[in-house]
Amino acid sequence: MAPEQPLLISSPRYSDQPYDFSTINITPPATEPPPTSSSSSLHNPNRLLPTTANQSKPHLPPLPRRYSSRRSFNSSQKLSELNESNARFVYINDPTRSNSPYQHPSNSIHTTKYSLLTFLPKNLFEQFHRIAYIYFFILICINQIPQLGVLSPAASILPLAFVLSVTALKDAYEDYRRGLSDRSENSRLASIFSPTSFSFEYKPWNQIRVGELVRVAAEDPHIPCDLVLLCTSDPTGVAYVETINLDGESNLKTRYAKQETLAKPPETLSGSVICCEKPNRNIYGFHANLNDSISLGPANVVLRGCELKNTAWVVGVAVYTGKETKVMLNSSSAPSKRSRLETHMNRETILLAVGLFALCAITTVLGGAWLGRHKGGLDELPYYRKRDFSGKDVGKYEYYGIGWEIVFTFFMAVILFQVLIPIALYISMELVRLGQAFFMIQDDNMFDKERGKRFQCRALNINEDLGQIRYVFSDKTGTLTENKMEFRCASVGGQDYSGGAGAGEEEEGDGVSVIVEGKLCKPKMKVKTDPKLVDVLRNGKGTEEGDRAQNFFLALATCNTIVPIFAETSDPTEKLIDYQGESPDEQALVYAAAAYGFVLVERASGHIVVEVSGQRQRFDILGLHEFDSERKRMSVIVGFPDKTVKIFVKGADSSMFGVMEKTLNAKIIQATELHLKTYSSVGLRTLVIGMREMNRMEFEEWHSSYEKASTALFGRGSLLKAVAANIESNLSILGASGIEDKLQQGVPEAIESLRQAGIKVWVLTGDKQETAISIGYSCKLLTGEMIQIIINSNSKDSCKKSLEEALATTTKLASMPPAAETTATGLGAGRTLALIIDGKSLLYILETELEGELFKVATSCHVVLCCRVAPLQKAGIVALIKKRTDDMTLAIGDGANDVSMIQMADVGIGISGQEGRQAVMASDFAMGQFRFLVPLLLVHGHWNYQRMAYMILYNFYRNSIFVFVLFWYVLYTAFSLTTAITEWSSVLYSVIYTALPTIVIGILDKDLSRKTLLKYPQLYGSGQREERYNLKLFILTMMDSIWQSLAIFFIPYLAYRHSTVDGSSIGDLWTLAVVIMVNIHLGMDVFRWNWVTHVSIWGCIVATFICVIIIDVLPILPGFWAIFHVMATWVFWFCLAAILVAGMVPRFTMKAFSEFFFPRDIQVARELEKFGNINENRVSEVAMSTFSNNQQQSIL
Amino acid sequence: MEMEGASSSGSGGAAQPTLLPSRRSKVFYRFTQQNLPACKPALTPTLVITIFLLAGITFVPVGIICLRASESVEEHVLRYDTECIPEDYRSNRVAYIKDDSISKKCTLNIKLRNQMKAPIYVYYELDNYYQNHRRYVKSRSDKQLLYGLQYKDISSCKPVESSNRLPVVPCGLIAWSLFNDTFTFDVKARKLNVNRKNISWKSDRDHKFGNDVYPFNFQNDTLIGGGKLNQSIPLSEQEDLIVWMRVAALPNFRKLYGVIEEDLDADELLTIHLSNNYNTYSFGGKKKLVLTTSNWLGGKNNFLGLSYIATGCCSILVAIIFALIHVKFPRPHRDASYLHWNRKSSATSR
Repeated sequence: MAPEQPLLISSPRYSDQPYDFSTINITPPATEPPPTSSSSSLHNPNRLLPTTANQSKPHLPPLPRRYSSRRSFNSSQKLSELNESNARFVYINDPTRSNSPYQHPSNSIHTTKYSLLTFLPKNLFEQFHRIAYIYFFILICINQIPQLGVLSPAASILPLAFVLSVTALKDAYEDYRRGLSDRSENSRLASIFSPTSFSFEYKPWNQIRVGELVRVAAEDPHIPCDLVLLCTSDPTGVAYVETINLDGESNLKTRYAKQETLAKPPETLSGSVICCEKPNRNIYGFHANLNDSISLGPANVVLRGCELKNTAWVVGVAVYTGKETKVMLNSSSAPSKRSRLETHMNRETILLAVGLFALCAITTVLGGAWLGRHKGGLDELPYYRKRDFSGKDVGKYEYYGIGWEIVFTFFMAVILFQVLIPIALYISMELVRLGQAFFMIQDDNMFDKERGKRFQCRALNINEDLGQIRYVFSDKTGTLTENKMEFRCASVGGQDYSGGAGAGEEEEGDGVSVIVEGKLCKPKMKVKTDPKLVDVLRNGKGTEEGDRAQNFFLALATCNTIVPIFAETSDPTEKLIDYQGESPDEQALVYAAAAYGFVLVERASGHIVVEVSGQRQRFDILGLHEFDSERKRMSVIVGFPDKTVKIFVKGADSSMFGVMEKTLNAKIIQATELHLKTYSSVGLRTLVIGMREMNRMEFEEWHSSYEKASTALFGRGSLLKAVAANIESNLSILGASGIEDKLQQGVPEAIESLRQAGIKVWVLTGDKQETAISIGYSCKLLTGEMIQIIINSNSKDSCKKSLEEALATTTKLASMPPAAETTATGLGAGRTLALIIDGKSLLYILETELEGELFKVATSCHVVLCCRVAPLQKAGIVALIKKRTDDMTLAIGDGANDVSMIQMADVGIGISGQEGRQAVMASDFAMGQFRFLVPLLLVHGHWNYQRMAYMILYNFYRNSIFVFVLFWYVLYTAFSLTTAITEWSSVLYSVIYTALPTIVIGILDKDLSRKTLLKYPQLYGSGQREERYNLKLFILTMMDSIWQSLAIFFIPYLAYRHSTVDGSSIGDLWTLAVVIMVNIHLGMDVFRWNWVTHVSIWGCIVATFICVIIIDVLPILPGFWAIFHVMATWVFWFCLAAILVAGMVPRFTMKAFSEFFFPRDIQVARELEKFGNINENRVSEVAMSTFSNNQQQSIL
Repeated sequence: MEMEGASSSGSGGAAQPTLLPSRRSKVFYRFTQQNLPACKPALTPTLVITIFLLAGITFVPVGIICLRASESVEEHVLRYDTECIPEDYRSNRVAYIKDDSISKKCTLNIKLRNQMKAPIYVYYELDNYYQNHRRYVKSRSDKQLLYGLQYKDISSCKPVESSNRLPVVPCGLIAWSLFNDTFTFDVKARKLNVNRKNISWKSDRDHKFGNDVYPFNFQNDTLIGGGKLNQSIPLSEQEDLIVWMRVAALPNFRKLYGVIEEDLDADELLTIHLSNNYNTYSFGGKKKLVLTTSNWLGGKNNFLGLSYIATGCCSILVAIIFALIHVKFPRPHRDASYLHWNRKSSATSR
């Protein structure tokens, strides 16, 4: 990637003047450009070159300017005037002046959230964003009121303190690590121009100030802050940067120093002022001017986070520093979403709150009634006595009248029963998700061996959503396909040359090589050539056909923004030419041109060098109109060595045929269109190439308007677009190219699995309809039996009509008797529908009243393919489903154009592939290949959902059983809210006694093995149907917990009635009974006992015994030695055994009955997994079902 | 639950550890791939029926044994708070109990039904007495009981932490309301010896109540809650207090008064001389005297035995029902055709 020697062959300076036609016509072809004549024009070669780093594929609409839907930045494209209020003035080499009146931040970065001082308040503040914590905090505060002090202050604070401190510790550690990396970053050395000594001196990065001159050299190629380039080691002012840290794209980008600043030593620029926009997040936009006359764009800045490549040094002036650099402004944290399960959990939490209120209300009413009944005798009651003599006067001892007592009782009850809302659940869920994420990351089945990339969990709170997905929205290019473009066939001048693709035996273009600096250079990628076409090129010189072919490949070689880079090989005499560029299509085309003998050797700012069949030729690039989504084409204006000027245009067929000169080339156009259809029907991406020779007048006219447009300070973009549209007309057709985008490994199988799992896969692509359909076939999304409904309309009315027709078809199909089918593929009822809709139609449908109909049609179709859709439409389709159903959606994509869709969907997955990391940055999970979706959803998603669902229910159960035991006791204490269980035990209950097993089970338990889950993808339906967590299960669990609490409370109560038992002893019995019961209950539901499970469950019971014993050996507590006394009696053990058996009988019975007589799929699959299938070979024809199955009905 | 440890090492994952460095231990690799060896208990009908039958078969006999044990206990319960009130105070019991001038002595008789073997435990039982009331439970200072007057912070003892501006030892409502009825027993005109030593927990005497802490300023107030303490005996030997301070868990409770260490024959007439000092009349509490023998299971309580028998019977019943349904409507175990999608397709194919 990084050759040692300079990339560019030294070439004469490019002239600053318009192309001189006078010389063209008079002088014979020369290898040198015309001599520079005096020119007053401000023409700058920089403008001829791409000015933005727009990396989207030419076929697709460009990436959204909006980087994120959450925070939009004002697009600087809409050139608003830079005035005092919204501009920053940077005085070159004058940091003092640049920093007044406003002090700009220093260049030190702090990614740390906290400092030593602010850690506590800030971290607490963040943690208290959880409403549950505020609830518990309020309860702690209430508890501190003397009249309400149910728990001792220490005991009341402990649970929340524990939860908060665990999280705080985690945060502190993460922050510490960030701090370390900050420090090393800040102390790196940069070479800064010192005005006093008049030379560059080394200073640490964090001391760079706005306005200072910074020199970055190849030895330490990291850019310390955002710099406006002033000059570079290259005489033309070019600098190459790699932006992988910024946007993840590994290809080189070119940046330019301005002609005006290039020549002068930078220190002489002192006093010049750069007026630039205020810092913003847009890494592809920059808008400024130098001394009010020279405009500066994004091509003139290098940003922090980039690395200098192939450039010896650059000098720039710091414009944005530290936290104002674009990379820092863009460092967004992982998106925060809330999982479906958690949302549902909140619903149940509210139910529990209602239950809590009910318990408190009951206690209060009964307590009030008791007080009322004993109103007169309260002083006589030895155990109440409200008269207090101990003070000076006879007063009342903490008695404020019945009214207040009732109020106090209520609040005390709230404090006592508060754990009904499980505090530890939140932290447990976090830990469990962490563990689940660990296993997902470690999973070798989701390890991309080719790129060496593991699965990434970027969002930690939606793991369980992966188990409930119903819709998958997939991008095509780079997601289903590899995005490794390969040139396959060409149609030149109405002739189809696709021989290279078919005949594999053909000798490969081995001969193509060029000699650069005495070394043999070969293109890195070999392309099969078509012998006929080679023949035409070789022998057809002079003929129309030959010229056309010649121009076709010249167009391929020139009409792009590719930079050739020479890479070393093992053979010292040989080098590889690596074509670096922003679009893989362009790369493929340039490689193809090279294979046919048009080797792009050099790209400089004003010209390119192409070796045409062994002869090196220099072409001046006089102008370049970038690709944009409206024109859907790009063009270059090329000055040929023979002084002719041609415009080469390439673009999507839809836009290209409109600008062709139809009369002359009618036949060729017709033939080409035919070829295009065949190409796209086999899944090739097509581009149409055209050209036109420009005469002098045309050129001058274009040149002046281009000049005007590109120097314009305002509305530059739209002016340039207009110029381009003007010149790209009346083209003669050269031909078309077909590029293959290979399917990724395992895509058809993955899609089949997902479909069996009941997940609908929708493909949203920017490609043409034919391409999309053919890819649909090749990835088995579409099959021959499917009825295709195609909607591509140009108006709202026709959209409406086709939708209505589609709707009629679907209803007809639905009403058709299923008896009609004869072929039972095992996949279910016969003929299926596929909807193919294009972006244009969607334009008329989305966000109008037709949306509803589209939804109806789309959901009744088995496959939906959307082609030619813009990024925002992708998000719109996701929103369509999200708005109208409760089904979970997942979007998967790899490119910047998928960002909006990824952010819109419930779960966003980024493919870390060829196309940069924007999709990954916006995603919740990132992985290497599409097929990993299968293990991710079917295995991990299933497990995560099952585990988390169970864990939440279990936590509700575990806390409520405890609260109910407390509650029953309160009924026997004159409603005075005494607890027999010591307060320390009740505090430790959710922290120690029962915490670990649920977390371990939540991380480790597997209901089914990976093999079974992959064998029967239908098992995924369990999550979609919310089988493991729903209101019914919640209610059952609560009823179970009430029964068990009754057993726990009343068996000892009845056994110890009329006995000498003291509160502490029976309290210990209850504590142990609850803990053992709760752990056995968990153990009963464990699917797989491995040693970790054993250790955690039995260990927790042992730990409880130890804790209870510790509490009881403290002489200052009333319960001293109680546990030993009570354990010495038989009654204790008999009670314990009776509690456990009586408590478990109903649950165990229910479990056994339902598992046996109403088995869920998971249960059956588990039996199959354990014992094997008894009738492997007669699956289909089973006589069965004496009992109809009610659960299964609901699914259908 | 079935535990077949050997049968099933995680059968799942197809992942091969090929691409991993060999230094990573195999165990850790299996852990990261979630393939730790594990046993998968499965509820087969046989297993379920066996479990229920087993539970039933063990619980019923255990229950019967418990019942027998409970039956073997000889217990006499005598409610005396109603008996020991003179006729003319029956309508105004509170006035009677509050009037110090009236003698509270009372004599009652019990005729023993069966022989009672030593040791015979003498309990007093209080009913409707909320010793577990929150205000009551809290009103004590365990540190003061251990360290005596040295320990000053006795605010937890409210409302009885001091009287006449002097701290009270032992402080708090619990001590203040010390039970103070006394009982003596005559049999055949001979006084029975009731051993009142070692009626409290040894752990309490040794570690919870200080042996150099003496009662101080106790019951010196206008409002007297219950028994007084001999100021010359350290708390660690005030066993009545120690017993009383072990706060009962439930509103009807017994507390050990003493132990009669000789056998009593059947049909013997036991004369009880008691002083009915303790006021339970103001809140309708009952006072009972309990004489009981003891066995390995404790005192007389049929509940445990009955609950065991009930649970056992339930288990057997469930086992039978389960077996019956299983015979009538068998579901072939481990049958893939029960997966719902297979059922659906077989339904449509017919």
